[in-house]
Amino acid sequence: MGTLSDLAQAIRAGRASSEETVRRCLDDIAARDVDLGAFLSLDADRALTRARQIDAEGADGGVLAGVPVAVKDNMCTAHGRTTCGSRILESFRSVYDAFVVHRLESAGAIIVGKTNLDEFAMGSSTEHSAFGVTRNPWHRGHVAGGSSGGSAAAVAARLVPAALGSDTGGSIRQPASFCGVMGLKPTYGLVSRYGLVAFGSSLDQIGPITTDARDAALLLGVVAGHDPRDSTSVDRPVPDYLAALHRPLRGVRIGISEEYFAEGLDPEVRAAVQAAIEVMRGAGAETVDIHLPHMKYGIACYYIIAPAEASSNLARFDGVHYGHRTEQARDIFELYAASRGEAFGPEVKRRIMLGTYALSSGYYDAYYLKALKVRTLIRNDFERAFEQVDVIASPVAPGTAFRVGEKCADPLAMYLTDVYTISANLAGICAASLPCGFDSRHLPVGLQLMGPAFGEETLLAISHQYQLMTDHHTKQPPLAAPGSEAAS
Amino acid sequence: MSRSLDEAAVRHVAHLARLQMPDDEITRFADQLSSILAYFEQLSELDTTGVAPTAHPLPVANVFREDEVRPGLDPERALANAPQRQDQFFRVPKVLDQEST
Repeated sequence: MGTLSDLAQAIRAGRASSEETVRRCLDDIAARDVDLGAFLSLDADRALTRARQIDAEGADGGVLAGVPVAVKDNMCTAHGRTTCGSRILESFRSVYDAFVVHRLESAGAIIVGKTNLDEFAMGSSTEHSAFGVTRNPWHRGHVAGGSSGGSAAAVAARLVPAALGSDTGGSIRQPASFCGVMGLKPTYGLVSRYGLVAFGSSLDQIGPITTDARDAALLLGVVAGHDPRDSTSVDRPVPDYLAALHRPLRGVRIGISEEYFAEGLDPEVRAAVQAAIEVMRGAGAETVDIHLPHMKYGIACYYIIAPAEASSNLARFDGVHYGHRTEQARDIFELYAASRGEAFGPEVKRRIMLGTYALSSGYYDAYYLKALKVRTLIRNDFERAFEQVDVIASPVAPGTAFRVGEKCADPLAMYLTDVYTISANLAGICAASLPCGFDSRHLPVGLQLMGPAFGEETLLAISHQYQLMTDHHTKQPPLAAPGSEAAS
Repeated sequence: MSRSLDEAAVRHVAHLARLQMPDDEITRFADQLSSILAYFEQLSELDTTGVAPTAHPLPVANVFREDEVRPGLDPERALANAPQRQDQFFRVPKVLDQEST
């Protein structure tokens, strides 16, 4: 399977048929996803029907006409199921399309399936999915990361050329890093959240997971833009991201903050990230030392704010209008509590509990209000930094993909893996993750580039220029033989 | 380890959150949530006097629109995922008379 851009071009030029491409993609998923667990559902019949339609009629010049893509299963599709990786929505069928789904299909893209995620996008490993873990295509005994682990693994294994993920505290960037693909969390407000099942409403953003920056630019251009149905969607013209790719690295100021290279960082990750920064310096970029003194408080701040928002957002799952309903309710309280207790998994319950506690009478000021103030300090750090630099470079995660099961017993240890990604969501800025090498176990390492609000063009340009000089993004994981045992 | 959140407190929060939980889960959460809350304590190192809270990353104000009649979900679609329905209604277990007895 080629890149998204190449496939789109080949289909548009008549060198490839959409039906054949989609059929090959579906066959590939059927044969190889058994070992990965990247997909939760496929929509083969509808995908093939649409592909034939596009082959016959064309798609009115849609930039993604006839190309297969996947979306994370927390984005509503009017066809098939939308489960959020949760028992509570196991048989839920949305009656409408998310904005991004509508945009994809309007551009001619063919959504072949929905990808696995930590339940309601709460997690960093996709182990919290109610429907099984997604394994890392590079090493089946390791996690794909999360929460968009299914999307990242599917793109890394070249099952689809591109997929959408969502990122509340690193859920696009960290799995992209663990799987050796590119992920971009756009600026808050750039992509409509209409039809994205809400987790942390002031933090959630949808973004592309692709193999390279050119595809990220192409896909972002399709899904970005104003939507009146999301009142936090920003009304500003969408730039030509593909045109921006050609901006040179010369003179770009890259901020390096020692806080991101301190204790706790795997030396092999540090080495790969520093080598990537050296490549950029070699091409004329300039590095500037900056300080983000409040970054280390990001995890505590985030794990108060995100669960608080989640506890409120997930109140809608009450067994009344849709989703799981308990069989044994004797009164209204039991209807709510038993429906929720039976169908939410442990991590979702943990976050609802944390959020409810942080918002409860007597603790609101000490936890929630305090976290909102620290969020201001973190934002101010970035604002000051971006007066001096164009982007900030850092690792995506303190280590490479950990082993399946390694962090399951200790929720706090799992939370700590988000240390480098969380601040971008708190500040609302954009950030990308791009492959920059491998550790000695041959697990991918990711470089994070953070930019100011609406700095996507710069992030994409730097990523593209880096990818012109390096080949990490072209490396593909070993093909698992169909049906082979998951090795570790 | 001393818990900042004992089992009674966990039960109270679970009640507020409308989450039914078995006893072993209550015990586990008392431990886990206590250690997470202990981690949050680091925020008290920071002096936030005079710092305005950020509830939202964008400087957004209320977004208004004209109050126009627009098509909404028709009843069939709105009821499509109902756990139980009767005619054009969501059906729920009888709740009121038990409250009063």
